[in-house]
Amino acid sequence: MTINRLTVSMSPHAHGKDSVRKIMYGVIIAMIPAFLVSVYYFGLDAIRVSLIAVASCVFFEWGIQKLFFKAKKTTITDGSAIITGMILAFNLPSNLPWYIIVIGALVAIGIAKMTFGGLGNNPFNPALVGRVFLLISFPVEMTSWPKVNVLNFAMTDAETGATPLSIVKEGLKNGESFQSIIDGMPHFYTDALMGNVGGSLGEVSAFALLLGGLYMLFRKIITWHIPVAVLGSVAIFSAILYGVDPVHYASPAFHLLTGGIMLGAIFMATDMVTSPMTKKGMLVYGVGIGVLTIVIRTWGVYPEGISFAILIMNAFVPLINKGFKPKRFGETIKKA
Amino acid sequence: MLKTFPLGGIHPKENKFSAGKKIETIDLPKIVSIPISQHIGSPAEPIVAKDDTVKVGQLIAKSSGFVSANIHSSVSGKVLKIDKVLDSSGYKQNCIIIEVENDEWLEDIDRSKDLVDNLDISAEEIKNRIIKNGIVGMGGATFPTHVKLSIPPGKTCKHLIINAVECEPYLTADHQLMLEKADEILVGCKLIQKLVDAEKVIIGIENNKKDAIQLLTEKAKKYSNIEVQPLKVKYPQGGEKQLIKALTKREVPSGGLPIDVGCVVQNVGSVFAIYEAVQKNKPLIERVVTVTGKSVSNPKNILTRIGTPSDMLIAAAGGLPEDSGKIVSGGPMMGKALASNNVPIAKGTSGILILPQEKASRPECFNCIRCGRCVSVCPMGLEPYLLKNMAEVSMFEELQKERVLDCIECGSCSFTCPASQPLLDYIRLGKANLNKILRAKKS
Repeated sequence: MTINRLTVSMSPHAHGKDSVRKIMYGVIIAMIPAFLVSVYYFGLDAIRVSLIAVASCVFFEWGIQKLFFKAKKTTITDGSAIITGMILAFNLPSNLPWYIIVIGALVAIGIAKMTFGGLGNNPFNPALVGRVFLLISFPVEMTSWPKVNVLNFAMTDAETGATPLSIVKEGLKNGESFQSIIDGMPHFYTDALMGNVGGSLGEVSAFALLLGGLYMLFRKIITWHIPVAVLGSVAIFSAILYGVDPVHYASPAFHLLTGGIMLGAIFMATDMVTSPMTKKGMLVYGVGIGVLTIVIRTWGVYPEGISFAILIMNAFVPLINKGFKPKRFGETIKKA
Repeated sequence: MLKTFPLGGIHPKENKFSAGKKIETIDLPKIVSIPISQHIGSPAEPIVAKDDTVKVGQLIAKSSGFVSANIHSSVSGKVLKIDKVLDSSGYKQNCIIIEVENDEWLEDIDRSKDLVDNLDISAEEIKNRIIKNGIVGMGGATFPTHVKLSIPPGKTCKHLIINAVECEPYLTADHQLMLEKADEILVGCKLIQKLVDAEKVIIGIENNKKDAIQLLTEKAKKYSNIEVQPLKVKYPQGGEKQLIKALTKREVPSGGLPIDVGCVVQNVGSVFAIYEAVQKNKPLIERVVTVTGKSVSNPKNILTRIGTPSDMLIAAAGGLPEDSGKIVSGGPMMGKALASNNVPIAKGTSGILILPQEKASRPECFNCIRCGRCVSVCPMGLEPYLLKNMAEVSMFEELQKERVLDCIECGSCSFTCPASQPLLDYIRLGKANLNKILRAKKS
């Protein structure tokens, strides 16, 4: 008996369990704790901003593929547009008007992702391009942070205030010492760990972000290299500055717990598409982000620098891939 | 900590359904088709013609050069014809087709089961018998064994490494052979050691075969300089270069051979074949084949005559399952998909693996998301994604610089790729085309 329905292909005939979809939805699951914290502190506004961001990102990806690529089947189900929407929302203040969010999504998906050919081809992190575009175009709206208001589900106009980063930056500029500024914010460190500070949606709780990071490590979606390199270099570089002059520079703990460091190190710098391929390269990339962040925070115009730092290092990724090759087998020994 | 190779590697599901199943024999087929090219190198030249009668073990095709091997009849009977038959390569190859009559063996083959452990034989004679009896590497690459065991002038062999890793999922032929023929394998080791003048024999076995490790360790105590080394379960532990690295910490240089670092590697199945060739004067006319698969009702290890049609083996294992979608000759990682369920078993066929329909085709292919997993699993420290991109656009100089020729085609990159990119397919294409260019430059 012979049969005619055999598949013939080259080896390997086995495939691992992982797929692009599983990775993408794994990242989405990892973002849930931070999302819940943002709902807890910012109320319905958090849900509003996230929904608009995700829906418009998915819509733009679908529309561009239908309209320009003439695609029969779009890639919206792979989950990457949802991640871009979530990361974008995490980087926005909760009181942002809807049309600004939609513009951010259009820039993220339309300019930063689809012009390069969609998933896997974009050199820069799409959500960050969207965020930075908004920051430069709408500086007022993007930096008026609503004060946290626990479980406030009434959609009232919340009071706005500055983030710890801008308070410290302003204070240091006016000649106050770091310690006196921190003393002006009671329970600062525990508040920052849990998220009880002003800021963008997803960046407030270092604890919830770490939880998501551990989940991704456990699922082997990310490796430790990039987060550890970013956080480690932020800690070391700011410790050196703080050690030299504790009056005029912020402490490492302050840097690690404020702003988007955790969000950036765990969710944005680890974006596979825009980070290096080798472990050595990942470490170099991570250290670059950490150092640039502190440089921008300390000497730059903006109080926060991680978005710029990641985008700048994104640009270096092809160079890093060229410069940091894996160790080849049989390279060290000369042929006898 | 168990020894292993340091770079990359993957952990595919082991699926050793036929583990512990005793080696069985099946009825002789009515007709065998013995390919004249069952080894790497030039095909053997047939020396029989239509209507000749042959006995089991009779030379029917002669080695046609240094890198070639003799081929013997695995059955007795009448030569029907020499014709093209579809074999495991997917091409029609010349085969000597013999109609089986009775089971008459040549008289100078010792068919007794007694162990012959007399090592009083010269290295020269060992080599001659290996050549005469057509022994080739039985791990899958089928390189003529006498070539591998010829130490080039100026080189010395320190370690003789026996590859008993069997890191391919599903396959258990070597495992079962070790359990049933441990004494013979150890004598075989001593014979090869004598031939290549090695200081030490190391048998590397993956730690999922604890019974074989224990048995061989116990029996090896009788001999000096044979060491059994358990290894961590990790694919491709049985890759020649990976195995040498794991056992001796030596790295075969790029483009080099094991002997460049003082090693000779032999598959455990070949060791047994060498024992039989040297001590029993038995040519390589049969081998153990694992017939297995998830839906196969009775997975087995079968001692099969060379040239037996594969559907006889499948029938012996309970028949072709309803949901069969792909038949692989060898293991799932490096085996060849068969174009038919009826191909002749050759010297290098270590298994017949039947995969169900849902595992037959690859998962949906996505864009590369640059996760870098192919880089981290590559046991040769290459960058598969880069090689694939270069091969796709024919950047041959760059491919050579990125050492595409070092690729051992283990398939770890394609296995791991979450986007199911055809990485290894393009790398193979790049290698083949680059080799063509290099050959053209040389000539």
